[in-house]
Amino acid sequence: MMLVKLLILLSFLCLSLTGGGTLALATDKIIKIDGSSTVYPVTEAVAEEFNKATKGKVKVTVGISGTGGGFKKFVRGETDISNASRPILAKEMEEAKKNGITYIELPVAFDALTVMVHPSNTWAETLTVAELKKIWEPEAQGKITNWNQVRPGFPDAPLKLFGAGADSGTFDYFTEAIVGKAKSSRGDFTASEDDNVLVQGIAGDKNALGFFGYAYYAENKDKLKAVAIDAGKGKAVLPSEATVIDGSYYPLSRPIFIYVNKKSLDTRPEVKEFVEFYLKNAAKLAKEVKYVPLPAEAYEAAMKRFKAGKTGTVFGGTPEVGLTIHEVLKRELKE
Amino acid sequence: MNNLETLISRSLWQDRFFNVLGILCTCVGLVTLLALLVDLAVDGATRINWQFMTSFPSRFANKAGILSAWVGTLAVMVVTAGAAIPLGIAAAIYLEEYAGKNWFTDFIEINIANLAGVPSIIYGLMALGLFVYKFHLGESILSAGLTLGFLVLPIIIVATRESLRSIPADIREASYAQGATQWQTVWSHLLPYATGGIATGVIIALSRAIGETAPLVTIGALTFIAFLPPTPIQATPPFLSLDWIWSKFTVLPIQMFNWVSRPQKEFHLNAAATGLILLVMTLSFNALAIYIRYRMRQRIKW
Repeated sequence: MMLVKLLILLSFLCLSLTGGGTLALATDKIIKIDGSSTVYPVTEAVAEEFNKATKGKVKVTVGISGTGGGFKKFVRGETDISNASRPILAKEMEEAKKNGITYIELPVAFDALTVMVHPSNTWAETLTVAELKKIWEPEAQGKITNWNQVRPGFPDAPLKLFGAGADSGTFDYFTEAIVGKAKSSRGDFTASEDDNVLVQGIAGDKNALGFFGYAYYAENKDKLKAVAIDAGKGKAVLPSEATVIDGSYYPLSRPIFIYVNKKSLDTRPEVKEFVEFYLKNAAKLAKEVKYVPLPAEAYEAAMKRFKAGKTGTVFGGTPEVGLTIHEVLKRELKE
Repeated sequence: MNNLETLISRSLWQDRFFNVLGILCTCVGLVTLLALLVDLAVDGATRINWQFMTSFPSRFANKAGILSAWVGTLAVMVVTAGAAIPLGIAAAIYLEEYAGKNWFTDFIEINIANLAGVPSIIYGLMALGLFVYKFHLGESILSAGLTLGFLVLPIIIVATRESLRSIPADIREASYAQGATQWQTVWSHLLPYATGGIATGVIIALSRAIGETAPLVTIGALTFIAFLPPTPIQATPPFLSLDWIWSKFTVLPIQMFNWVSRPQKEFHLNAAATGLILLVMTLSFNALAIYIRYRMRQRIKW
């Protein structure tokens, strides 16, 4: 009885005390980062190392609200850096302009999608983008249900499809690259936001076909077989670090980005220090978390853009498929 | 005569059938919990050690830990309890003991029932607009605790009301007969007797809150955070500091979610271990409540 009364009184006391509190932590050096969960492992690695290097004097925080959610905060000026698995969109650019936010767009690593089949699948060694489109476009729903419909000569076996869930950036990019329009896809496939579920699904069904991030394939090479992709040039390319870096694994690889708020950069030296640290160490750290790093000269070009403080995006608000990293860095920036 | 016997034997058979059915139904719940615990323990037990409990997130699965997550979860729960328990109990006392029977009371009651059914993500959106932007509480432990506090408020209100209602009217009448005021009756008689039920409600509420992820991600809970909130106890007067409620934070379910979705298997083990810790935390909350209830019941002498 006394205990409860005491608890009640204490909690009231707590509440009344908090009312008078102020933001006591404003003096701390905090770098706020939020955004894509695809970029997260790389940024986490950099933040971890930066934390060690500065002995915890600068506090870096990283959230995973997704690329869209991250940009929502970024264009309001609530975060210093935004992780993005796709370029900033026109809508978000407009919002940023309205709030007086300018930003520097920096590619930090590659993300490659892998098309996968069961290891005992002997027929689908390669697939063309056209064949993939035939399988995944919305019109295929309920119609393309057998492997022999994909290419003459393929066996008469049911086609079981697995893919990333509709809320993920992976799904957006795959549909954009294969079907030609983001989010445009058939709906009758096993979808999951968790790529590990897809790994299980494909590994357990010899008629399966699916797609997901390269890192998940790299971890499960014994259970899955990657399909070489032929973009119509007559040459099929398997995903690997080398083919992603030289741009020949087309169109299923893309650079991922960080966006840095220019104002944070100009007013707070620790933000500048962090981004420089990021670009200097990204190659090594991306590899450690099983991502494909950019070529060395790309990091140099990004560093040059950063040091010159050049703001804006090279994409102009519409995502593009299959841009090589050189194009991403050479093109003209637009605000 | 014969007819009666068959009737009796049929009834007995139905009785036995229901008994077995009841046991089976109970087992479904128990077996699920057990399976969950065993599965998590098999995967995660190897990862649970001092290093895991005292390290910050890391890109290396075997160096990563949940220090910021369990401290965050604990801190958020303290704020949640501090906000929801007094508010919930006070609201329940008002509704049960003071409120007149009129349309306004009905209106409140319907809305409390409705609130209990609102999906948690909606609370997150409300909190983002209200606490984070409007009141400028920031993406802090305070915002998170208040959000979850609101989320579980209906549970506490309903449990407290049930508990107050189950106290015999004699108790109230005896108290009034001695000349006690309504407040004295509530404070000295009703609340102590209701404590068992209230404690149960509080526990159910906190157990629900501890596993929530969606509303916290909405208001800006972090995933990587390599520092702890300032300590509540300080060396200089006034010794107690509430700065920690303004701190940024992460919680166990978010860390789990992040690790489950990683490609490397070692991270999946971390997730299982985190799940185990989360379960242990929830179960120890429950144990505490059961103990409090037991102590309270012992003292009640009607």
